[in-house]
Amino acid sequence: MEAELKAMLSDLETLKRSLPDPSHHASIDKMQLRVEHLTNLAKSAPVQRSKVKDMSAEVVDSNPYSRLMALQRMGIVQNYERIREFSVAIVGIGGVGSVAAEMLTRCGIGRLLLYDYDKVELANMNRLFFRPEQVGMTKTDAAVQTLSDINPDVVLESYTLNITTVQGFETFVSSLKNKTFRPSKEGSGVDLVLSCVDNYEARMVVNQACNELNQTWMESGVSEDAVSGHIQLLIPGETACFACAPPLVVASGIDERTLKREGVCAASLPTTMGVVAGLLVQNTLKYLLKFGHVSPYLGYNALKDYFPTMEMKPNPQCSNVACVDRQREYLLVKPARDAAAKAKIEAEALSATEFPLHDDNEWNISVVDDSELDKTDVRSLDALPDGLVRELPNADEFQKLPVPLETANSIDDLDDLRRQLEALSAG
Amino acid sequence: MEGWDPNTKSTLTQIPLLSIKAGPRDGAAWTQRLKEEYKGLIAYTSMNKSNDNDWFRISAANPEGTRWTGKCWYVHNLLKYEFDLQFDIPVTYPSTAPEIELPQLDGKTHKMYRGGKICLTVHFKPLWAKNCPRFGIAHALCLGLAPWLAAEVPILVDSGMIKHKDDVATSIL
Ligand SMILES: [Zn+2]
Repeated sequence: MEAELKAMLSDLETLKRSLPDPSHHASIDKMQLRVEHLTNLAKSAPVQRSKVKDMSAEVVDSNPYSRLMALQRMGIVQNYERIREFSVAIVGIGGVGSVAAEMLTRCGIGRLLLYDYDKVELANMNRLFFRPEQVGMTKTDAAVQTLSDINPDVVLESYTLNITTVQGFETFVSSLKNKTFRPSKEGSGVDLVLSCVDNYEARMVVNQACNELNQTWMESGVSEDAVSGHIQLLIPGETACFACAPPLVVASGIDERTLKREGVCAASLPTTMGVVAGLLVQNTLKYLLKFGHVSPYLGYNALKDYFPTMEMKPNPQCSNVACVDRQREYLLVKPARDAAAKAKIEAEALSATEFPLHDDNEWNISVVDDSELDKTDVRSLDALPDGLVRELPNADEFQKLPVPLETANSIDDLDDLRRQLEALSAG
Repeated sequence: MEGWDPNTKSTLTQIPLLSIKAGPRDGAAWTQRLKEEYKGLIAYTSMNKSNDNDWFRISAANPEGTRWTGKCWYVHNLLKYEFDLQFDIPVTYPSTAPEIELPQLDGKTHKMYRGGKICLTVHFKPLWAKNCPRFGIAHALCLGLAPWLAAEVPILVDSGMIKHKDDVATSIL
């Protein structure tokens, strides 16, 4: 293309010289300018920028990180460059997960692991990120395509699988354990898992994997009526896990009985999903780069612009065995942790004069104080702050279960039972 | 049991309840649970047959019993409409219910999630959660799939989204 345009320019030049009448020169000059403009456009078309070795704080328009490194200059973040060491796994590359992935990519995150089993559909186009020409591609492949163009420095791994199946779960867990990106890292191979899935079943699976791996994760969700959402930080053993109590939802204030569900499963808005993705990645950056307050739970009611917050203690009777194991481990190390935290607070108090705290609380929207004492007991349903409700009931007490209705079926061999069902099906 | 029709309710109470809380990663305990699942399915299928309401066939698609496939059908205006049926037992089972899929109807109705997973009523998940681990596959079919077929097949047929296959036509008369 560039060679063609160059040839055209020289043809025009030859034409101009061969013309005896200079009155045509002006229009040829105009044509030459247009060709030059086209040449520039062709040059700037889909050219990928090359990788950057070190994040520079230099303020030039060719530096993709200058505005991010400015956070460090301003004293908001102590060491922004550390972001390149971190690995974040994003489960579910839909309306929230894809936007979260783009945000982290633009922030220069070290490595992203992307999980989804679905393909891009035209029905997804009311949300951000995916483009119509990507319809039919797997969401993970389409995401890698876009993200690697935006920032080739990010190491991208895509996993097209369903984490709720036995096989998918095994691959999911082993990919989280892989430490080749940063062998010196303690624990698993990732710093944080972000759950951006759209259903309870998949959240329970992320919870299971993270409890088993002792992996800190963040949950996010948007309601099926598209007008509320939430994010939640889950630290195994330290905070309530996703199975400790039935999941919380932000009450939209709409009477469930007036909600018309005929003919539809779920609605979605790019706005609500974008807001939730923004809240999720903001919390992620604060957690990874250690600045500001990391929210344990933040709800979003879009109809009222109301943001309830709360904290939840783990449930000692949690039905998830791995959660109870993590709770026991956490209690063992708690005294040492508390002492260290206290020392840190005292050290910060000494230097507090440099950064005066705004304790007039004018903009504080928290409805629950953050101190340990006020952590909500997950079991008590009436202790929830305004605007939050439980989505599901607790399981009935195990011990009070009625004895299972004994059938006439006394066979207790698996193969015999299988054959009995087959015979019934054939008849 | 608010929100369920009386038929579903009375059928449900006759399906034997399960007692072992074990999922596909729980080894021997899962085998015990699997036996209970079979007993539930055998009882439910027999009950349907004797009530002249036979409406599905199902069998494990692998030796571990973590994947199930089969057929389900629904009779509308004296014509029988039959669909493939499949689902995996999730790793967090029975805390979470299996997600039942009708792949042939994927993309034909809004009452379906991606991949052909049926969209359950607002009443299903709370009842499942409350009854964990007593509900099994048979309960999921009875509470999830049966009401879905009853609600959606007539709409799919009347709107022309699905056509009756003459070669599987059977008059119920
Ligand atoms: Zn728990």
